[in-house]
Amino acid sequence: MSLSPIGALRHSGSLFAMALDVVRTLPRRPFQVREFIQQAWFIASVTILPTALVSIPFGAVIALQIGSLTRQLGAQSFSGAASVLAVLREASPIVTALLIAGAGGTAICADLGARKIREEIDAMQVLGIDPIHRLVVPRVLASMVVAVLLNGLVSVVGVAGGYFFNVVLQNGTPGAYLASFTSLAQLSDLWAAELKALVFGAISAIVASYKGLTAKGGPKGVGDAVNQSVVITFMLLFVTNFVMTAVYFQVVPQKG
Amino acid sequence: MGVEICVEGLTKSFGHQVIWQDVSLTLPAGEISVMLGPSGTGKSVFLKTLVGLLKPERGSIRIAGQDITRLREHDLYEVRKLFGVLFQDGALFGSMNLYDNIAFPLREHTRKPESEVRKIVLEKMDMVGLIGAEEKLPGEISGGMRKRAGLARALVLDPEIILFDEPDSGLDPVRVAYLNQLIVDLNAQIDATFLIVTHDIASARQVPDNIGLLFRRELVMFGPREKLLTSDEPVVRQFLNGRMQGPIGMAEEKDAAQVEQELAQIDDSAAAPAMTPRLLPGSGITRPPRWQTIAERERELHA
Repeated sequence: MSLSPIGALRHSGSLFAMALDVVRTLPRRPFQVREFIQQAWFIASVTILPTALVSIPFGAVIALQIGSLTRQLGAQSFSGAASVLAVLREASPIVTALLIAGAGGTAICADLGARKIREEIDAMQVLGIDPIHRLVVPRVLASMVVAVLLNGLVSVVGVAGGYFFNVVLQNGTPGAYLASFTSLAQLSDLWAAELKALVFGAISAIVASYKGLTAKGGPKGVGDAVNQSVVITFMLLFVTNFVMTAVYFQVVPQKG
Repeated sequence: MGVEICVEGLTKSFGHQVIWQDVSLTLPAGEISVMLGPSGTGKSVFLKTLVGLLKPERGSIRIAGQDITRLREHDLYEVRKLFGVLFQDGALFGSMNLYDNIAFPLREHTRKPESEVRKIVLEKMDMVGLIGAEEKLPGEISGGMRKRAGLARALVLDPEIILFDEPDSGLDPVRVAYLNQLIVDLNAQIDATFLIVTHDIASARQVPDNIGLLFRRELVMFGPREKLLTSDEPVVRQFLNGRMQGPIGMAEEKDAAQVEQELAQIDDSAAAPAMTPRLLPGSGITRPPRWQTIAERERELHA
């Protein structure tokens, strides 16, 4: 990838062009059910375990931080509320995003990149099959679905981890912890987090597919593509997360 | 019946590097044409431009009344169904076995029942001599088998135009001879328009109706086989005879003075090019009128 500003602009342009192509191709029949299920299963299988393993310490760290903070402020009764809020609103979409991009996206990018340099993609186009329709759309949808489901998993594991550390290790009161759950968090927080996960899943699959389909220059090119796809996805995800959070606070009235 | 391809003023460059410019030729319907050229003259790029994988800077490619350089992506996919392309390494899908690879276009584009798909796939596999290798993955077989499987896949949709990207590279001479025979037999059977991109002179002398030569960023000559085989054009003679003396050098071009000197050295009387007999369809194949005429002519020429 060239480092000139024009090169960067061109790449962003083609990335958005491909995103638009994906949206435009979305309603086209026949929908690739088989490919979608295979990909969804594949992405789920490479992400579930690491996600669960990451979200336990993540929930624990939040619980530890909030536990000591609320003690200093004398607001122990709110420790449960604050930790649920943190896990649900921020931690779970971010953990989901990191794992979808890091485990799912890299696999998609490497797979498509390898096919590209072996001329399989060219062969497919010559056989009259649009790779966006046949390969990219099912991957994007699979990644979105899995991201939404993973987000639920992270929320549950994260809150459970937080509970365990607060109550068992920091001697918090179980009743107070549970009772304060809904004093700050509300249902729309969960919807917002799921929406974030949906968007993150789409972004990481589109970037990975774009990088994979434009890989060139042999096996090294595929490695470079995977590397760039992770970096680009992370940057995009954190910016998107910031924007969505800002919009969320404007749109949804907060409790208390 | 095959389809005519009409190329006019085609120019392709990557960045500032011109690959070839102002290429104009007509591939006659139902005939076999060969595109020759030293390595690195953009033969494969030419082939990819014909199927619309690469966009040329200037010029037009007319196939079945449509200029494919100006088609929208969606229409391009429709036109491509006319094509069968054999890529250099076969370009098989690595995750599928040979049977699924060859059945792939049928399953994607037609609603044929699986029994009929099986019949067609096995027929094409038989044609290229791959019966018994259905369950093999592309990674488990030799380059020659991959090529033949790629050819079978290119054939399943009964294309009107078949493009071969170096069908003979990496194959032993015996397999090349078989493949050439297969190409000629196929042409007699399915009547499609063939374009073979290669730098194998022996094949180019035996197989085609027409020969073209790309050199120094342009099409040096395109015409009937006899015309090129008997041509006095130095580049054409050098290439078709595989000599060192002539305009083509190791690094593509030589300086003019050296070329003059070398050409003077060649004893032209001895190098009167002999016409190589044409390869004809095998005995088991019923020859269409076009091939009957060709066979007739060959008999007179080499009687």
